[in-house]
Amino acid sequence: MKTEDLINALIADLTVSKMRFRWIFGGAIALGAVIAAVLFHLLIGVRPDIGQAAESARFLFKFIVTIGLAITAAGLLSRLAIPGVPSGPWRWAWLSVPVLLAVAVLAELVAAPASAWWPRLLGSNAKYCLSLIPFLSIGPLACILLALRQGAPTEPGRAGAVAGLVSGGIAAALYASHCTDDSPLFVATWYSLAIGVVVLAGYIAGSRLLRW
Amino acid sequence: MASGGVEDEWAVLMRAAIEGDANAYRRLLVSLAPVLRTVMRGKCARLGWDGGEAEDIVQETLLALHLKRNSWDVDRPIGPWIMTIARNKLIDARRRRGNRSTLPVDELADILTTEGSDDAMDRGDLDRLLGKLGERQQSLVRSLSVEGRSVRETAERLNMSEGAVRVALHRAIKALAALYRGEGQ
Repeated sequence: MKTEDLINALIADLTVSKMRFRWIFGGAIALGAVIAAVLFHLLIGVRPDIGQAAESARFLFKFIVTIGLAITAAGLLSRLAIPGVPSGPWRWAWLSVPVLLAVAVLAELVAAPASAWWPRLLGSNAKYCLSLIPFLSIGPLACILLALRQGAPTEPGRAGAVAGLVSGGIAAALYASHCTDDSPLFVATWYSLAIGVVVLAGYIAGSRLLRW
Repeated sequence: MASGGVEDEWAVLMRAAIEGDANAYRRLLVSLAPVLRTVMRGKCARLGWDGGEAEDIVQETLLALHLKRNSWDVDRPIGPWIMTIARNKLIDARRRRGNRSTLPVDELADILTTEGSDDAMDRGDLDRLLGKLGERQQSLVRSLSVEGRSVRETAERLNMSEGAVRVALHRAIKALAALYRGEGQ
C-alpha cells in the first residue's frame, strides 16, 4: 500500500474530535479523587477528634506532603502524557515532597526524646495504612490510566509510575484525615511504603496499557 | 525539523482537521508525508536501511499521528509533537527489526531497485499487517485506500450503511496500530 493510499483511509476516518486530552486528563483526576473520597467515607471516615487535630502542626503537615505530592506529580504527568512537551521544572517539583519530609523527620528527631522515636515510627495503624492507601488508590489510578490512553506517553512505564504517585498522594491525603499517627517518623515510613506499592503497580500497568 | 512557517501552517490545518475539515486534513497529511520521508530516509540511511524501510516507518508514523491527534495541545507548537511521535515510531521499528531475523537473500534485488529511485516504495509492512485482518475489513480498507473509493461508494459496494463503514474503518485502523505494537514486543 502506498503512503498516498493510507492517507485516503486516514481522511475517511476523520471524525470531529469531541474532547481534548487536557480536559479528559483533568476530569479523570477529579473523578478518581471523588471515587476515593466516597469510598473513604463509606469505609472509615475522618477521625472523631478532627477539630482538635486540625490545630496540630504534625497533623496539618501530613496534608502538605500528600496533597503536595498529588499536585506536583499531576503537573509532571500532564507533561509526560503528550509527545514533545518538555517537563521543565515539573521534572523536579515532586522531589520537594521527600525533601520536605526528610526535614520534618530531622525536626521530629530533635524535638522528641530518643525513647519516643521507635513507638512513634511504629504507630498504631501501620497495617491499615499499608492496606488502605493502596486500596483507595485503585479508583484514581484506574481513571488516570484510562485517560492516559487518550494521550500518548512516550515512556509508558514512567507515566504509569507517576500516575501511581498522583493516585497514592490522593489516597494518602484522605487516609491522613483518618489516621491518628501524626509523627513525621510514621508518615515517612509507612506512607512512603504504601505509596511505593501504588507506584510499582502504576509502573507495571502503565508498561502494558499505555503503549501505542 | 521544518521551518516555523510550515509548522504554523500544519498547526492551522490540524486545528481545522480537529473541527472535522477533511480538506484541511488532506492538505496536512500530503504536506507532512514528504517531510517525514526525508527525515526517515536520513535516519534509516545512517542505520544502513533502505528507503523502503523508511517508507514503512513514515506510514506507521502517519497512523500514530492520526490516532493520537487528540493528544496535541492546540495551544502548543505542533512540530515537537509530530517529531516526537516520529522518533518513537523509529525506535519501535528498530526494536522490531532487532527481533526479526535478517532479510532473506532474494529480497536484495528489491532493495537495489528501490535504492536510487525517487518513488516512495514501501516494503509492505502495512500490507502484511492488513493481511492479518478479517477479509471483510481488508476489502473495506482497500476500497477506501488503494481503490480510492469514498465512504458512500464503499458502503454501496459492501452493502453496508455509511455509519457501519466508518465504524469498521476506525476499528481496522486501530487494529493495524495494535498489530504494529504487537510486533514491537
